[in-house]
Amino acid sequence: RHKCLRHAGKGEKLMHFPAGLCAQATAMNNLRIEEKRRAALLGGGQARIDAQHKRGKLTARERILLLLDPDSFDEYDMFVEHRCTDFGMDSSKNKYPGDSVVTGRGRINGRLAYVFSQDFTVFGGSLSGAHAQKICKIMDQAAMVGAPVIGLNDSGGARIQEGVESLAGYADIFLRNVLCSGVIPQISLIMGPCAGGAVYSPALTDFTFMVKDTSYLFITGPDVVKSVTNEDVTQEQLGGAKTHTTVSGVAHRAFENDIDALLNLREFFNYLPLSNRDPAPVCECHDPSDRLVPELDTIVPSESAKAYDMLDIIHSIVDEREFFEIMPMYARNIVVGFARMNGRTVGIVGNQPKVASVTLNYCRSLELLTPFSVFLTSGCLDINSSVKGARFVRFCDAFNIPLITFVDVPGFLPGTAQEYGGIIRHGAKLLFAFAEATVPKITVITRKAYGGAYDVMSSKHLRGDVNYAWPTAEVAVMGAKGAVQIIFRGKEANAEEEYVEKFANPFPAAVRGFVDDIIQPSSTRTRICHDLDILASKSQSSPWKKHANIPL
Amino acid sequence: MAAAPLLRCGGRRARLPGWETLYSRWCLITSHNLYSSVYDPNEKTFEKLLIANRGEIACRVIKTCKKMGIKTVAIHSDVDANAVHVKMADEAVCVGPAPTSKSYLNMDAIMEVIRKTRAQAVHPGYGFLSENKEFARRLASEGVTFIGPDTHAIQAMGDKIESKLLAKNAKVNTIPGFDGVVKDADEAVRIAREIGYPVMIKASAGGGGKGMRIAWDDEETREGFRFSSQEAASSFGDDRLLIEKFIDNPRHIEIQVLADKHGNALWLNERECSIQRRNQKVVEEAPSTFLDPETRRAMGEQAVALAKAVKYSSAGTVEFLVDSSKNFYFLEMNTRLQVEHPVTECITGLDLVQEMIRVAKGYPLRHKQADIPINGWAVECRVYAEDPYKSFGLPSIGKLSQYQEPLHVPSVRVDSGIQQGSDISIYYDPMISKLITYGSNRAEALKRMEEALDNYVIRGVAHNISLLREVIVHPRFVQGDISTKFLPEVYPDGFKGHELTDLERRQLLATAASLYVAEQLRSQRFLGTPRIPIAKSKRRSWELSVHLGDEIYPVAVSKHGSSFSVEVDGMKLNVTSEWNLASPLLSVTIDGTQRTIQRISRNASGETSIQFLGTVYKLQILTKVAAELSKYMPEKAAEDTSSILRSPMPGTVVAVSVKPGDTVSEGQEICVIEAMKMQNSMIAAKTGKVKAVHCKAGDTVGEEDLLVELE
Repeated sequence: RHKCLRHAGKGEKLMHFPAGLCAQATAMNNLRIEEKRRAALLGGGQARIDAQHKRGKLTARERILLLLDPDSFDEYDMFVEHRCTDFGMDSSKNKYPGDSVVTGRGRINGRLAYVFSQDFTVFGGSLSGAHAQKICKIMDQAAMVGAPVIGLNDSGGARIQEGVESLAGYADIFLRNVLCSGVIPQISLIMGPCAGGAVYSPALTDFTFMVKDTSYLFITGPDVVKSVTNEDVTQEQLGGAKTHTTVSGVAHRAFENDIDALLNLREFFNYLPLSNRDPAPVCECHDPSDRLVPELDTIVPSESAKAYDMLDIIHSIVDEREFFEIMPMYARNIVVGFARMNGRTVGIVGNQPKVASVTLNYCRSLELLTPFSVFLTSGCLDINSSVKGARFVRFCDAFNIPLITFVDVPGFLPGTAQEYGGIIRHGAKLLFAFAEATVPKITVITRKAYGGAYDVMSSKHLRGDVNYAWPTAEVAVMGAKGAVQIIFRGKEANAEEEYVEKFANPFPAAVRGFVDDIIQPSSTRTRICHDLDILASKSQSSPWKKHANIPL
Repeated sequence: MAAAPLLRCGGRRARLPGWETLYSRWCLITSHNLYSSVYDPNEKTFEKLLIANRGEIACRVIKTCKKMGIKTVAIHSDVDANAVHVKMADEAVCVGPAPTSKSYLNMDAIMEVIRKTRAQAVHPGYGFLSENKEFARRLASEGVTFIGPDTHAIQAMGDKIESKLLAKNAKVNTIPGFDGVVKDADEAVRIAREIGYPVMIKASAGGGGKGMRIAWDDEETREGFRFSSQEAASSFGDDRLLIEKFIDNPRHIEIQVLADKHGNALWLNERECSIQRRNQKVVEEAPSTFLDPETRRAMGEQAVALAKAVKYSSAGTVEFLVDSSKNFYFLEMNTRLQVEHPVTECITGLDLVQEMIRVAKGYPLRHKQADIPINGWAVECRVYAEDPYKSFGLPSIGKLSQYQEPLHVPSVRVDSGIQQGSDISIYYDPMISKLITYGSNRAEALKRMEEALDNYVIRGVAHNISLLREVIVHPRFVQGDISTKFLPEVYPDGFKGHELTDLERRQLLATAASLYVAEQLRSQRFLGTPRIPIAKSKRRSWELSVHLGDEIYPVAVSKHGSSFSVEVDGMKLNVTSEWNLASPLLSVTIDGTQRTIQRISRNASGETSIQFLGTVYKLQILTKVAAELSKYMPEKAAEDTSSILRSPMPGTVVAVSVKPGDTVSEGQEICVIEAMKMQNSMIAAKTGKVKAVHCKAGDTVGEEDLLVELE
C-alpha cells in the first residue's frame, strides 16, 4: 500500500496504480490524506482562527505566507500528531494533524530559510513532544545545509498534559539553539505569549523581535508575581514589547503589528549571510562608492562638550541612508546596527554623543519602570551599552560581517551604580568582543577617544585593520580639565592650554601609528568602501582553543 | 562660449552705453548668476569690505566682492562658525552668541572687528543694521564707508510720517486721506466724498489694522465715524481719526532705484511682489504683468523724484500700492538692498551690489535711463524652512540632511547661504534660499520655475516648495490676476497641498507601484555566486494594493524590460525610468509625460512618501495578500489631541496665560510662542480645566513639545 504513495507534495495529485485492490485502498487513502491536509490547514478550526484574528493576530500559516516568497514554502511534518493519551487527549477531537506548529523551509528574496510558526489555535500553541520534535527536525537540517532558522513564537507554554515530555522537548530545542549558535543565524519573532521555560529559546537565538501590544515574554506571569512578591503588574508592564526593548534589553526591536513585523523581518534577512560558511551578502547598489559627503566636514561641533547625532554620520555614510538599527531604544549611548557599504553588509557600532548614559535604578516596585538616573556624560560606555555592543560585535564576527566603528567616547561611566553593577566585567565583554573579532575591522575616531574606552573601541591595538582619525579627533588619557588637575594640581596657569595643544588632536596617536591616517571626514565613505574591497580577502586566526572564556 | 573670455577680462573704461546693454544680454544667457559681470579692473575700489550680515545675502555680497577683487570680512555668531558665508569670506570673526541682539546687531562688537580688520567699507545686506542710522553714523565717524545711502536719507525714509510728507512734496502720489479731529458724521461724509469711496476709517492712535472700518458709501461712513470716534475716545483718549482712501485688492509693486552722490538717479523698472503671507513676500517677479509702459514710467519717474528729493545715493526701493485702475500710491521707501533684488538684476543685467559699491566709493552712475532694458522675465520664489500647511508657513528647524540645488536646470539662479548639513536654527530667518528663474518671456520663466522646484532636493526640514509650486501654476497667477490677498482668497481654508486630478492620481499610483516593484526586484539581486543557489523569481506581474489618502486602490503591475505596465482604475499606464533607487531625484516617464519625482522616504512596511508635483504624498503599498490580511490588524488608539496642547513649531515661550486649575473656554489663549520674529497665540481646542502646565515664559520648546494639558 505504501508503495502507491510516490510523492505527497503540496497540492499535487497523488500517484497511484490504476488497478485492483490497491486502487481501492489508494482511493481511500487519498481521501484520508486530503482530509488530513485540509484539517492541518485549518489548524484549531475556524472558530479559533476567528478568535486569533479578533486578538489582532494572524494565524501561523498567514504569517508564513507573508514572511516567505510567494509559493516558496515547503512544509514538513504536516501529518505529525501529538502522542499524549492522558486526560482524554487521545480522543480524535483532540488530535490535530501537524499539532500546534507549522514547520518547513522557504525562500526570502530567493534565499533559503527554515521556519517554524507556532499555531495558537491548536491547544494555545502549547509545546508537546511532537511540536518540539518538528522544530528540532528543521533546525537539524538548517544546521546541516547552512541556512538560518526563523521562529515565529505564539505559544501558551508547555503542554501540561504531556508533563516531562514537554519539558524534554524544550530542552531538545535549547540544545539545538546552542549548537547552532554561531553556525547559522537564528531569529525569533515573538508574536503572542511566550512564557516560562519557552522564553529561553528566543533568549538563546541571535535576535529577538517583538510585536507591540500583542506579544509578551516573561518567566512567570502577573498572577505568580502577585502571589510571590505581591507586586501588581500587567502583562504589558511585566513583559511587553516596550519593557523588553527599553528596560530589560531582552528584545532587539519591536514592530507595530504582525504584518509590519514580518515585512521588516524580510528586509532584515537580506543583511544576513546564510551561515558562518558564507560571506556577508552583497546586494546590487545604486549609491556610488566614491560619493563624497561634504557635510561631514562640519558635523562635529568645535566645542568638544557639544553634542551631535552619531546617526547623522552613519546615515550619510552608508548606502542610501538605510540603517537597520538593533536595540534602538536600549542603551542609546551606543548605536549598533546593520547597513551596507557599496552593497556589502556591514555591522556598525558607534558611540552616541547625543545621548547621556541612562542607567536603571533597580526599582523595587514595578510601577517604577521609569526612574532613571541620567548622567551628563554623553556617549559614555556603561554596563548596558557595553553588553549591547559586545553581543552585536560577536554576532558580526561569527557571521563574517565586517565591523565599522565610529568612536566618540569620553570614557567609562563613573559612579557607585556602575561599579556595584559590575562595569568592570561588563565593560570587559566589549573589550573581549572587539579583541577576538577577526572580521575586517575599520575604525573612525570622530572626536573623543579617551582612556580605557579608547582601547576598547576597536583600537589598532586590538587588531583593528584600518584606523582613521578625523581632524577633530582627540586621543588622550582623559579630558584636559581632569588631566591638568592631576599633572599640575591646578597650579600651572596655562596648563590646560598646553594640554589641549598637546593631546586634543589626532597627532599623538598618528605619530605612533595608532591611527593609520588622518582623513578628511567628507572622504570617509570612499575610504571605507575601498578598504572593505581589499579586506574582503582578510584571513586571520586565533590560537586553538575549545572556546574562549568571555567574562560573562 | 564666445562670451566666456569677455566675462573675465571685464569692461574698459570708455565703453559705450549701448555696448553694456548688449554685454548684459550676453551675461544673462551665459552667466550662472544671471547678472552682469561688467567690471573695470582699472577702477580703484575698496581693498577690504566687511559684510555685517549672514546667510544668503552675505554670500551674495561676497560673490561680487570676489569679482571686484575686494577682500572680504565676514562676521558671525558662534552657532554660525561653520556657515557658508564664513567659509566664503577671506576673514571671519565671531561677534557673539547666537541671539541676533548679541551678535549681528551688536554694534560695539562689529565696530571692534572693523577696527581690527581695517575694513574700509561695510555692506549691511538687508535686515539687521541695514537701515540703522546710528550704525551708519558710527561708521561715518570712524571714516568707514557705509554701502548705502547717508544717514539723512535713512532717517527721513525710516519715519512713516516724514517720508509721506517728503513724498507729497516731491509730487509722489500718496494715499489721499485726512488725519485729525472730525467734528461730526457730516464732516466725515464730506471728507470721505472728497477722497472718493471706498474709504477706511479708524482711530489715529490705533496701530496697524486695529479697529479699521471700510465704508463704501455715506451711510457706512456715518456708521464708521460713530464706532471709530467712540473707540478713539474710550480706548485711546485721543479724538483724532484717520480717514483714508481704501485700496481694494491692492497689488504691491515696487520700483528699484539707483542713485549716485552726484545727483544722478535711475529707475530700474518694477518688481511685482503681491504674493504675500502675513505681509511677507513669497513670490516676486519682474517685470509686472500689470503695468503698461506709461504707468511704469510714471511710477519710475516719481520714485526717482523722491530719491532726488532726499539726496539719495545707492540702491533703494520705492514701494507702491497699485489699485485695479492702475492708480498707484506711495507706501514707503526701503533704503537698502531688497531680498528680491535678483529679479531686477536678471532683467536689467546690472549687478546691484557692484553698483552700490561703486556709488559708495563716489563714482557716478555709468548708465543713462535709456540704457536700462527689460530683457525677458524673471521670477523669484522664496524657499523657506517652514510648514506651508500651517497658516501658509510656520517655521521649522533642523539639519538639512540632504540638499541639492536645481542648478542643472537652465537659467536658474539660486541665492543661498546654506549647504547640505547646515542647521536651520530658531535664531534666524528660516529662509533656505531664493530660487530665481529667467526666461525670454514669463511663460518660459514659469515653466523653468516649475522644473526647478521639482528638482530641488531639501530634506531634514519642512519646506514650502509645495505652496510655491501651487502658486506659480495657479490659473489666476498665470493670468497675472493677483493681489496681496491672493493666498487667503485662493486658499480660504488654508493651504492643503496639490489637489490631484484623476489622471495625476493614476500617474502617482502607477509611479509609486512601479517604484515598489523595482525595489522588490532589486532586493532579490545578490552579487557573487552564493553557496546555496538563489531561487530566481520568474514573476512578471504583481497585484498590489495602494493606500493613498482615505482610499485603497488595487494596482496591477507587470514588467516589460525596464518599463512597467500598470493598471489603475481600469486604465493602463506605461512607466519608464532608470530606477536609480539611490538618487534623491527620479525622472520617470508616464505614458510619454516626463515627471521628476522625489522619494522622500520608504520603509519595510511598504510605507513611502513621494514628492509629486511639489506636494509630498504618503502612500502605503502592500501586496494584495498583505492588504487583505491587514484588516485583522488592531487599530492603534490615537492620542486625544483636544485635551493637550503641543507646540506647533520650535521657539520660545513668550507668555503663559493659564495655571493648573484654571477653567478655559474653547478658543481662549493659553500661551504665546515666538519663533523667528513671529508670535503665535496658542488657543484651547475645547472648554475644560487646566490639568498641567509644562512650560513657562522664557522656555525654549521644540516642535510637538507638550505645553499644556487639559482635564
